[in-house]
Amino acid sequence: MTTELLIWLIPLPPVLAFFLIVLFTNRSKALSHTIAVGAALLSWAGSMVVFFRAVGEEHFGEHPFASSVNWLPTGDTWFKIGVSIDPLGAAVLFFVAWTVLMIFLYSVGYHNFGQPKGDHDRAGLPPHGATVTDEHGHKHTVLSVEPMYSRFFAFIGLFAFGMYTLVVSDNLLTMFVGWEIMGLCSYLLIGFWYGKPSARAAAIKAFMTTRIGDVFMLLGIAFLYKATGTLTFSEIFTEETLGVLANTKTFFGLSAAGAIAILLFIGTIGKSAQWPLHVWLPDAMEGPTPVSAMIHAATMVSAGVYAVLRMFPLLTADFTGHGLTTAMSVVAFIGAFTALFSATIAVAQNDIKRVLAYSTISQLGFMIAALGIGAYIAAAFHLITHAFFKALLFLGSGSVIHGMEHGVLHTGNHHIDPQDMFNMGGLRKKMPITFWTFLIGGFALSGFPIITAGFWSKDEILADAFAHGHWAVFITLAVAAFLTAFYTMRQITLTFLGEPRTKEAEHAHETPWTMTAPLVILSIFAIGYGWVGIPEHFPVLGGILPNWFHEFVGGTLLEHPEAVEFSWIPLGTSLLVALGGLGLGWLVYRNVKSPAEDRLQIPVLKNKWYFDEAYDFLFVKPAYWLSETFTYLWMDKGFIDGILHSFGKAAAWVGDAIRNYFDGPVINDFIADKLSHQWTIHPAARAVRKAQTGRIQQYMLASIGVLFVVGVLVYYFLLA
Amino acid sequence: MDFLYNHLLTSILFFPVLAALVILFLPKDEAKLIRWTAFVASLVPFALSLVLWFNFDKSAAGFQFEEQYVWYEALNSTFHLGVDGLSLTMVLLTTLLTPLALLASFSISEKVKGYFMLFLFLETGMLGVFLALDLLIFFVFWEIGLVPMYFLINQWGSANRNYASLKFMIYTMAGSLGLLLAVQMLGVAFGTYDLVALFDKWPYAATLANVALGGMSIGTVKTIAFWAFVVAFAIKVPVWPFHTWLPDAHTEAPTAGSMILAGVLLKLGAYGFLRLVLPLYPMQAQQYAWALAFLAVMAIIFGAFGAYGQTDFKRLVAYSSVNHMGFVLLGIAAAAKAAGTTDAHIAMNGAVLQMFNHGLSAAGMFFLVGVIYERTHTRILSELGGLFPLVPVYGGILIFTSMASLGLPGLNGFISEFLVVRGAWGPLPGFTALAMIGLLFTGAYILKGIKNVLHGPLNEHWAHGEHKLTEISLREVLVMAPLMALILWIGVWPAWILDVINKAVVRLF
Repeated sequence: MTTELLIWLIPLPPVLAFFLIVLFTNRSKALSHTIAVGAALLSWAGSMVVFFRAVGEEHFGEHPFASSVNWLPTGDTWFKIGVSIDPLGAAVLFFVAWTVLMIFLYSVGYHNFGQPKGDHDRAGLPPHGATVTDEHGHKHTVLSVEPMYSRFFAFIGLFAFGMYTLVVSDNLLTMFVGWEIMGLCSYLLIGFWYGKPSARAAAIKAFMTTRIGDVFMLLGIAFLYKATGTLTFSEIFTEETLGVLANTKTFFGLSAAGAIAILLFIGTIGKSAQWPLHVWLPDAMEGPTPVSAMIHAATMVSAGVYAVLRMFPLLTADFTGHGLTTAMSVVAFIGAFTALFSATIAVAQNDIKRVLAYSTISQLGFMIAALGIGAYIAAAFHLITHAFFKALLFLGSGSVIHGMEHGVLHTGNHHIDPQDMFNMGGLRKKMPITFWTFLIGGFALSGFPIITAGFWSKDEILADAFAHGHWAVFITLAVAAFLTAFYTMRQITLTFLGEPRTKEAEHAHETPWTMTAPLVILSIFAIGYGWVGIPEHFPVLGGILPNWFHEFVGGTLLEHPEAVEFSWIPLGTSLLVALGGLGLGWLVYRNVKSPAEDRLQIPVLKNKWYFDEAYDFLFVKPAYWLSETFTYLWMDKGFIDGILHSFGKAAAWVGDAIRNYFDGPVINDFIADKLSHQWTIHPAARAVRKAQTGRIQQYMLASIGVLFVVGVLVYYFLLA
Repeated sequence: MDFLYNHLLTSILFFPVLAALVILFLPKDEAKLIRWTAFVASLVPFALSLVLWFNFDKSAAGFQFEEQYVWYEALNSTFHLGVDGLSLTMVLLTTLLTPLALLASFSISEKVKGYFMLFLFLETGMLGVFLALDLLIFFVFWEIGLVPMYFLINQWGSANRNYASLKFMIYTMAGSLGLLLAVQMLGVAFGTYDLVALFDKWPYAATLANVALGGMSIGTVKTIAFWAFVVAFAIKVPVWPFHTWLPDAHTEAPTAGSMILAGVLLKLGAYGFLRLVLPLYPMQAQQYAWALAFLAVMAIIFGAFGAYGQTDFKRLVAYSSVNHMGFVLLGIAAAAKAAGTTDAHIAMNGAVLQMFNHGLSAAGMFFLVGVIYERTHTRILSELGGLFPLVPVYGGILIFTSMASLGLPGLNGFISEFLVVRGAWGPLPGFTALAMIGLLFTGAYILKGIKNVLHGPLNEHWAHGEHKLTEISLREVLVMAPLMALILWIGVWPAWILDVINKAVVRLF
C-alpha cells in the first residue's frame, strides 16, 4: 500500500466504528468495545507505519507525503482537499495514535466492563453500583457497568476521527472539519451524563465558548482563502505567497498575514482554553475521566496548539528576527499570561481533576507563549511530551477516583466526594501502580530534571525565551513553572502520601489491568520521549543522543530553525523552580489534614478570579435579555407586528367608517331606501307590474319587439 | 416513453393535479387508500425528477427540456417551461420533500381527502414557479401556491390558526401587488412576458415603448420596479423585517405543512431573487447590494436571537429559518455586488446550496418537532426535558438533524455557509463579520433546543402511565432517513450537486 493511501485510511476506522456501533451493535457491549478498540488499533498501526516511513525518508521536510482530490467546484476551478504528512504531522500523529489507543483501552475498565448491571442505574447518570450476593450469602455493593457503555465508545470513536482528520489534513478547511467534529464530540462527551444538570450546563458552555473562537477562525479561513485563493498549506507557505501577505496592509496596522494569523489564533484561544476563553475547560471535568484525557491530551486542546504550529509561517511572515510583530506579541502575551494565571488557580483547587485541568491550561500557555516568541520546535516538543504525561495524569486520576469509588461503595457513605483530594491520602499502598505512574506523570509535569520528558521540553522553552531576550515571557513562565511544581507536589502529597484521611481511602483498591496497563505504557513515554530532544550543547548529556526532534521537526519549515546556544541561567532557573516547587509542595502539605489547614484556599483563587461570575453578568444575562426581551418581545412582537396590526386596524377602521358614514346612511338609507325604494323603485315597480299580465301573447309580442330592436342594432353597429 | 421524455416538465408539473383529481373520486372514508394513493402518486414526480437530473446536461448553456405552448395569445404570454442548474436543484428538492411530507401526514385523520388533495395542488403550485420561463406564468403559480397552504394552515392547524393563516395570506399577497404591477409594466413595454427574451432586452433598455413614465427617468422606474420585486420576494424568504408572519404560520401549521413551508415555500422567494431580480436588475442589484446585505445580516442576527428567545420548540425552529435564509440573501447580495467575479460565483454557489440544505434540515427539524408534539401535545420546551433515555433513537436523530441545522462541518449546512462567508468576505467584509454573531447564536439556540428536550433530569411525567412517551415509529424513521442520508452525503461529498449549481452560476452571474 502506498503511504499516501494509508494516510487517507488512517482516520476512517474510528468513524466506521462510530457508525457501526450507533446503527447496529449498540445493544452488545462486548461487540461495541471490540469494534472501537479494534478501530483504534488499526488507526494506530497505520499511524506507526506512516511515522516510521516518514522518519526513514531523506529530506522529508521538502518532500512530505501528500495527495489530494477535487472537492468543491468554485467558479472555474476546484477547491481541492487532501492529506499530507510532513515532519510535524508525523510527530503529532505518533502521540495521537498512542494516547488515543491507550484511552480506548482504559475506557473498557473505567466503565466497569464485566461488572453487573446497576440496581437503579439509568441512562444519562453515572452508575451507582450493584448489589451482589457471594457464595456465603453475604451482600456486597460493587461497581456497576455504565448503562450507555456502547454509546461511549461510539462517541470517542468519532472524537478520534476528528483528531486524525485534523492531523492528516493538507488544508485548513478539512482541518476545520476535524476541529469542529471534535467540538461536537466534546459537547456530547462532557454532557455524557446528561441527566446531571451540571454536566448539561458544562457541555453547552464548552461548545459555546469554543464556538466563539471558531467563528473568528472561520473568518480567518475566509480571509486567507480570499487573499491567496487556496487553503492548502503547501501552496500558502511559499516564500512568494507569504511575502505578499506580509506586505499587504489591513486594519489596526496589521499585515494581512498578521490579521489572518490573529483571527485563526482566536480559534485556538477557544479550543486550547487560553485566557480569556479558558472558562470551559475546568467544567469539562463533568465528563467521564477518559474523556478528560481525550480532551486534555490526545485531541482537542492539542489541536489548538497544533493549528498555531501549522500556521506558524503565517504568524511569522513579517517577522524579521528583531522585535516581535504585533501578531506574535499578542500570541506571546496570551500564552504567558494564561500560563501564570491558571497556575495560580490550580494551587487552590481540591478536586483532583480540576487541579489537572488548570495545569493543562497553564501548560498550553507555555506552548502558546513559545510560539509567540518564535520557539517553534520547543512548542512542538512540549506539545508532545505534555500530551503523554497529561494523558497519564488524567488516566491516573481516573484510576484514583475509581479506587475511591470502590471505597465509597464499600462503606456506603455516598456523601464522600471521591474526587476531593482531602478525602484521600495514603493511596500509595492501596494503589501502587497508579501511584508510581502518577508520580512519573507529576514529575514530568513539574519538569523534574534530567529523567522526565517534561524537563527537556519546558527547559527548551525557557532557554529560547532567554536566548532571544524575551525577559517578560521568561520570568512569567519561570514563575508559572515554579507554581506548577508546587501544586503538583501538593496533589501527590494529598492523594498518595501520608495516611488515609477517610475510611473510603482505606478501602480503596487498585484498578483492573485494562486501566493500569495504559498507565504503565504512557509513563514510559513520559520519561523516554524527552531523550529524543536533548540539546546538543547540553553539559555531559548533550551529543550522546542526537537531537532527533530538532532535526526532524525543524525540517517542516522552509528555513530550518537554528539551535539555541546553551546558557546556565535558564537551566539553573529550570532546576531551581522544579526542585524548589516540588520540595516546597511536600514541606507545606505533608501534614495538612483538611482544607481548613490549607492556607492557600484564598477565595479569589478558589473562585477562579470570578471569571464565571463576570462572564455571566457581562455576556450570558445580556444575551438572554437581547433574545427574549429585546428581539422577540420588543422588536418582533411589539414594533414589527405592531406596525402590521396597525395596517390591519387601519383597514378595518376605514371599512367601518365607510360602512357607518357612507354605506349605511348614503347607500342604504338614502339611495337604497329613499331614492330607490320609496321614490323610484316602488313607483317603477308599480308601473312595471302592469306589464306582467300573465298573457303569453303579450309576452310574445314584447319578445319580437326586443328581437327587432336587437337586430337593428346589430346591423347598424357590427355589419354596417 | 418518448412522449413522456419530450414532455417531462409538464408531466412533473401536472402529475400531482392528476393524482388529486383521482383522489377526488375515492370514497372519503377510505383514509388509508387516500393516503397511499397520494403518497405513491407523489413518488412519480420524484422519479421523473431523477430522470430529469440524470439526463440534464450540466455543461450545456441555457435552459433545457424546454416546452412552450400557446397560453394567452392576446398578451403574448406563452406557457413556457424549462430548467437550468438552479431550477433543477429546486425541482429535485420539491419532489423529494413532497412524498416525505405526505408520509409524515399519515397521522392526519380529519378531512383526509381534502388534506391530501390540497397537498398535491400545493406541489404543482411550487413546481410551477421553479419551472416557469414566462413572467405571467411565474406569477400565476406564485399565487396558486398560496391557496392550498392557506387552507392547510386554516383547516388543519392548531389553536391560533385563523390569525396565522390570514397573516400568511394577506402578507404574501400584499407583497405580490407590487410584483404584479412591475410584471405588467415589463409585459406592456416589450410586448412579451417570456423570460428568455426579457433577460436580453430589459436590463440594458434605455427607453420603454408603450409605457408612460410620468416624467421619471428610466433609471428611477427601474429602481422602483427593482424594489417591487425585492419586497415581494423578501416577504416570502422571509427577510428581516418582513419575517414575523413566519413564526406564526409555522407554529400553527400542521407538521407536514411546516415541512413544506420551510423546505420549499421559502425557497420560492430566494429563487425569485436568483431567477428574476439579479438577471433583470443587475445594475440596481449592484447599487443596492449593501441594502440587501444589511437586511440579510439583520435576518441572520435577529433570526438567531429570536430563536434563542423562544419557549416554544416549533417557534424556535421557525426562527431558525429566518437565520438560515439570511445566509442565502447574504450570498445573493455578495454575488450582486461582485457580479462576474470568482467571489460572486462562490457566494452564489453557497446561496443555492444553502437553499437546498436548508430545505433538508428545516423539513427534518419541523418533522421532529411534530413527532414529539404528536405524542405529548405540547411544544413548550419547559414541559419537556430529559427525554433522551425514553426515546434514544429519536434523540439521536434529533441531535443529528440539529447539528446539520447548526452547520456542523461534515454535514451539509457547513459547506453552503462556508461558501457564502468566503464569497461575501471579499465584497462585503463588514457585513460578513457581523453575520458571525448570528452564526455564534445559531449554536446557542440549537443547543437550547437539545438541552430542553433531551437533556437534563428525566421529566417523570413522560416516563410512566398513559403519558408514557413512545419511541419514534418506523414510518417516522423512514421520513427522516432520506433527509439524513442527503445531509451527510452533501456534507462529505458535495461535488455531485454543487457541480450542477456551479456550472449554472458561472454562466448566469
